[in-house]
Amino acid sequence: MLLTVVIDIVKSLILVIFLLTAFAYLTYGERKVLARFQFRPGPNRVGPFGLLQPLADGIKMALKEEIIPAEADRYVYLLAPLISLVVALLAFGAIPWGPPAHLFGRSIPLQIFNPNVGVLYIFAISSLGVYGLVLGGWSSQNKYSLLGGLRSSAQVISYELAMGLSVAGVLILAGSASLTHIIRAQDHYWFVFPELIGFLIYVITAIAETNRAPFDLPEAEQELVAGYHTEYTGMKFAMFAMAEYINMITVSGLAATLFLGGWHGPWLPPFLWFLIKVGIFLFIFMWLRATLPRLRYDRLMAFGWKVLLPIAVVNTMATAAFVALSR
Amino acid sequence: MEETDAGSRVASQPGPDEAEAGAEQESELRPMEINLGPQHPSTHGVLRVVLELNGESVVSCTPHIGYLHTGMEKTIEHQRYQQAITIVDRMDYLSPMTNELGFVLAVEKLLGIEVPRRAQVIRIINAELSRIASHLVWLGTHAMDMGAMSVFFYCFRERELILDLWEAAAGQRMNPTYMRIGGLDGDVPDGWVEKARAFVEEFPTWVRDYYRLLDQNPLWVERLRGNCFLTVEDAIAHGITGPMLRGSGLALDLRKSAPYAGYEEYDFDVPVGERGDAFDRYMVRMREMEESRKIIAQALDRLEPGPVSVRDDKIVPPPKEEISRSMEALIYHFKLMTEGLKVPAGEVYLGIEGPKGEIGYYIVSDGSARPFRCRVRPPCFYNLQGLPLLVRGQLVADVVTAIGSTDIVLGEVDR
Repeated sequence: MLLTVVIDIVKSLILVIFLLTAFAYLTYGERKVLARFQFRPGPNRVGPFGLLQPLADGIKMALKEEIIPAEADRYVYLLAPLISLVVALLAFGAIPWGPPAHLFGRSIPLQIFNPNVGVLYIFAISSLGVYGLVLGGWSSQNKYSLLGGLRSSAQVISYELAMGLSVAGVLILAGSASLTHIIRAQDHYWFVFPELIGFLIYVITAIAETNRAPFDLPEAEQELVAGYHTEYTGMKFAMFAMAEYINMITVSGLAATLFLGGWHGPWLPPFLWFLIKVGIFLFIFMWLRATLPRLRYDRLMAFGWKVLLPIAVVNTMATAAFVALSR
Repeated sequence: MEETDAGSRVASQPGPDEAEAGAEQESELRPMEINLGPQHPSTHGVLRVVLELNGESVVSCTPHIGYLHTGMEKTIEHQRYQQAITIVDRMDYLSPMTNELGFVLAVEKLLGIEVPRRAQVIRIINAELSRIASHLVWLGTHAMDMGAMSVFFYCFRERELILDLWEAAAGQRMNPTYMRIGGLDGDVPDGWVEKARAFVEEFPTWVRDYYRLLDQNPLWVERLRGNCFLTVEDAIAHGITGPMLRGSGLALDLRKSAPYAGYEEYDFDVPVGERGDAFDRYMVRMREMEESRKIIAQALDRLEPGPVSVRDDKIVPPPKEEISRSMEALIYHFKLMTEGLKVPAGEVYLGIEGPKGEIGYYIVSDGSARPFRCRVRPPCFYNLQGLPLLVRGQLVADVVTAIGSTDIVLGEVDR
């Protein structure tokens, strides 16, 4: 019993450290990728190839003066970035990043815990993340922040529905909501092939969920300065950034798990396959950011409700009918 | 529209007696007032726009200007004519050559002189390069405002080549001060024409890239098409000129309607829009870059050897080698440098087609070496007055579209 607890704690620590490092190097990677898209060298001053840049950024953030606006609702203001970060870290816990490892005669599942409703758990937790944005935007007492917060709540609510429905097809095919089961069910073929429409909808809604370009309306720089985090400085700002990037990793991990067979893949070790698949999604995130203009608020809502949601519903029903008839 | 305008006025300025009684109810209805700028990422300098918002939609919009006012017109009155060229450079700093051209043409009109052919052709090449440079910055920032960030870097990469050409010809990149009253600072250096020709030849491939990135992108089209309308009547009533006016459908281009500096010899089209929305203005500017390229190509072909300044020792200092040989030349040089160039008394207005619209100079001379008055008609100032029209009933995001497609340079608006 004690050993299980110790193993769980160790796994959690490893995961948190891994995610925070991944966040740091994701910012570096994004800056490099964007720079290459734009004929720039990107960060290259700190360390070889600028590899220590995230470290320098972290130190800078930590040493920044912590400014709390006089008019701000102090406790909510401080709570908001914490909510965002904690929720982002929690959501990743259910994603398996490899088959169970065999160590000292014990089988250790490579995920923090395996709820039998894994998909629902991740959706439930990640939709809590919007509280951080809304509360942060509201408590800053800044009109830009308020608009950003309002946008994010409207956006997340309208895209969550389509996102949930887009993966319903996978759940029907796998016959389970447990992520480990879903990966097992993809032993022979990846779900991206029968569920291509669901996959595309998932990718689009995932970008919207994580507030990334071209759906980055809550923090649209050219319109709302920095949106909900306009008034945040130093580590509190860094926490919002961490949350955003870790959410990106989470939705990418979920996409790899649900549609691309998780850790499945020939020759290479499973964990590496998982990383490669996540990496491809993260690259697509950056690619879109470098290329596409931002949607307008009303178009975004119309797109979510009038285009994505109906297609997702039809897709789910078609999958259900197919599975029912083929039995 | 009238209803919302009236509503906002009542809501924002409650009368003294109804203030107390209506305070409870009106506090819920009052539109949110928000300051877009003066420190804001997409105001292109220091523009302050006071917006009244109802949710995300714009109820009213008031641009406030003057944050960059440096008294340039007044400064010109204290400088000699030749020195003033450095000041007009800094008004619309994205298109220095057209500013210079307008100023020197106005003074030359007062003097009653015509520059040699080679100077004229080089002036046109540089003015059109200036138009392309200005439109490239507009395209980059406009796309950046929409969230398409990479286009900005591509545009600046190409603009860099134009700045290199200016640096080679005049020694400076952004404020070249290349034109002089009576000609040019000097001839272009060896190899300049070949570099310019290479630019002209490669330019279409870059424009094709922009089209591919933006024009064929449904998100981009959706942000511009059907947004930020401007009718021809409104444009004329507000004195709006340039691509904004042509985007609304009126083909008014001073290069065609009142040719100057020899533009009548060149073959080019004046692109116009049909609807007057942001997309039409985008297309007009994109096609104007292509037309400018055509003009430059023609001008490069017409470039023949010859002098680049008028030979009048009272206007242009005599050449260096003559100064060391001839006493008379030395005296003229000395007088020009110490007293300056004397312009006969009179007044003149000359407007030319800048990249952003009609840039005009109204110069009053009292016969001395300094202008008595130099009033500039800045296209951006007038175009900016159309902003409230453009954003009527639109969303917050469209305010950014409108500012971007108005193409303002605050240095020129405020002067």
